[in-house]
Amino acid sequence: MKLLTANRLIDGEVVWLAADGRWAEDITEAEIARDEEAIERLEKTGREAAARNEVVDVNLIDVEFVDGAIHPIRLRERIRAAGPSIHPDLGKQARRRVLAPV
Amino acid sequence: MYRYDEFDHAFVKARVAEFRDQVERRLSGELTEDQFKPLRLMNGVYLQLHAYMLRIAIPYGTLSSRQMRMLGHIARTYDKGYGHFTTRQNLQFHWPALKDIPQILEDLATVEMHAIQTSGNCIRNVTADHFAGAAADEVADPRPYAEILRQWSSLHPEFSYLPRKFKIAVTGAERDRAAVQVHDIGLHLRKDASGRLGFTVYVGGGLGRTPMIGKKIRDFLPEEDLLSYTTAILRVYNLHGRRDNKYKARIKILVHETGTEELAAQVEKEFEALKESELKLPEADIQAIDAYFAPPALPARPEGDAALKAATATDSGFADWLRRNLNTHKNPDYASVTISLKGIGEVPGDASADQMDAVADLAERYGFDEIRVSHEQNLILPHVARADLKAVFDRLVEIGLATSNAGLVTDIIACPGLDYCALANARSIPVAQQISTRFASQARQEEIGDLKIKISGCINACGHHHVGHIGILGVEKKGAELYQVTLGGSGDENTSIGEIVGRGFGPDEIVDAVDTIVETYLAHRQDKNEPFLAAYRRLGSAPFKEALYGREAKAA
Ligand code: SF4
Repeated sequence: MKLLTANRLIDGEVVWLAADGRWAEDITEAEIARDEEAIERLEKTGREAAARNEVVDVNLIDVEFVDGAIHPIRLRERIRAAGPSIHPDLGKQARRRVLAPV
Repeated sequence: MYRYDEFDHAFVKARVAEFRDQVERRLSGELTEDQFKPLRLMNGVYLQLHAYMLRIAIPYGTLSSRQMRMLGHIARTYDKGYGHFTTRQNLQFHWPALKDIPQILEDLATVEMHAIQTSGNCIRNVTADHFAGAAADEVADPRPYAEILRQWSSLHPEFSYLPRKFKIAVTGAERDRAAVQVHDIGLHLRKDASGRLGFTVYVGGGLGRTPMIGKKIRDFLPEEDLLSYTTAILRVYNLHGRRDNKYKARIKILVHETGTEELAAQVEKEFEALKESELKLPEADIQAIDAYFAPPALPARPEGDAALKAATATDSGFADWLRRNLNTHKNPDYASVTISLKGIGEVPGDASADQMDAVADLAERYGFDEIRVSHEQNLILPHVARADLKAVFDRLVEIGLATSNAGLVTDIIACPGLDYCALANARSIPVAQQISTRFASQARQEEIGDLKIKISGCINACGHHHVGHIGILGVEKKGAELYQVTLGGSGDENTSIGEIVGRGFGPDEIVDAVDTIVETYLAHRQDKNEPFLAAYRRLGSAPFKEALYGREAKAA
């Protein structure tokens, strides 16, 4: 399973591509690609969004479900989804309920 | 300190305007990311995990109160209320929005600061001893030379696209507090037999993937030859440095592959041609720069000793702080104060906007308006009357910056690591916080004595782990964090690169491992006067391996 992630150009905010084509600030809203076709669709949308200068550093990331919640496989992506592990008061984790980074 | 002249002002202003235009064109889509990225990097703007990062140059770590207040203002207005002081004596903001950065740079320019050459393959911020101009053991203030190098290297057309980044450090005392031997060029100021000032020159030092200690290629370089000789080194490097492989592009690899003798010969040859050129520094120019760094007029304050005696009698916390956080000043009525940014369990090197303001106030009131950033990620007030130390300490207590741990086991260097950095493999800061918490007891720390722990979140070694007495390197193994430990590193006048002690430790094991290393030292040291590093150099790694890995080590 994969998600498409990027940073928003104007402010660097971490975003994921949502099913309705928006760049969501919350990983729980991300569209999950479960097969090759879906992955290709994500990649294509990502390339177009980068070309439109909405986002930068577009990447596919691997995720799994843990206790019913999206869980990026790499720690790096879990920290991107939450905010710095040393500052629970900063970043996305401060704004809403997201998965714990570790 | 150095003040911008008209040229400097116009130059920085023009640069801000240029970058404002570039950001506007990027946001409007006129520039692609591929076109824009090198431009933003030239202005210190990186993209990290959560946001952009802006790295601001603090030349040779020297700041005025006004500049420190501006950093606080930026932290509060455009960022999340804090900043991170780095091992290159710079400051990083971890959350600025791209759209705000031109305005941040404009604000910075009003206090004679910028972010130029804090990234890219150019000559980076020149670093220096943080006690420069104040330390009793100093031969001469290294900052005028660092400033001369800064002016010469700023937008130097020949050296703006080097094979790789280039770092120069200068120290002016017998004891090297600027780690000059692990820089691309290390300059150690000294006097020759006739009393002339000059430098011992080291080249090809560096950490990262291939740590190397700089090779001495000149025992004594007269000060007037500083720029011609440096230019000669850079020319040889620019011509022969390996542009084919990023990992072999630093000058340390060139020195290693060429051989020190041959490289020195090439440099001398270039130098011969440049020696009598316009790069030769006229005495008058050196003096003109020197004048900017003239020490403040320090009035006699002989009441200090009595004041300290009275205060320490009733305040043991103050006594602890005096014992650890002072450095001997040239003037016996004064001291240099280390403001620890390593509170127990805190993030090494972070300071809040309020703390920045408070330190600026202290510097203004008690410190002749001078602040330094140390490469050990602390702040320094270089000139404080001993009679004022209690007042300074009391205020530091109020703002949470009075930890008495300079040089102790909790005075840990840690890079931002995987909590922020896009290149990281593992987190550094939480490891530092946990070690700090484990060793919180002041009595235990002082019993252990001088011990430098340095932590990096990847092999780029921004946390200088190779030269930590105990070095910790975060790696990623099978998707998890793992910490490799090195012992016996040191970044002073007797530089050594730490040796890997054995297999790495998981996040749950690393603090215990450090504890075991410290206990092994305590059990084996000759007495309290043998610090960790000396004991390690005498004992070697065997007892530490035995303690960490037991039978496993013997079998191996
Ligand atoms: S050492 Fe690595 S992880 Fe740490 S700041 Fe440098 S590049 Fe980032």
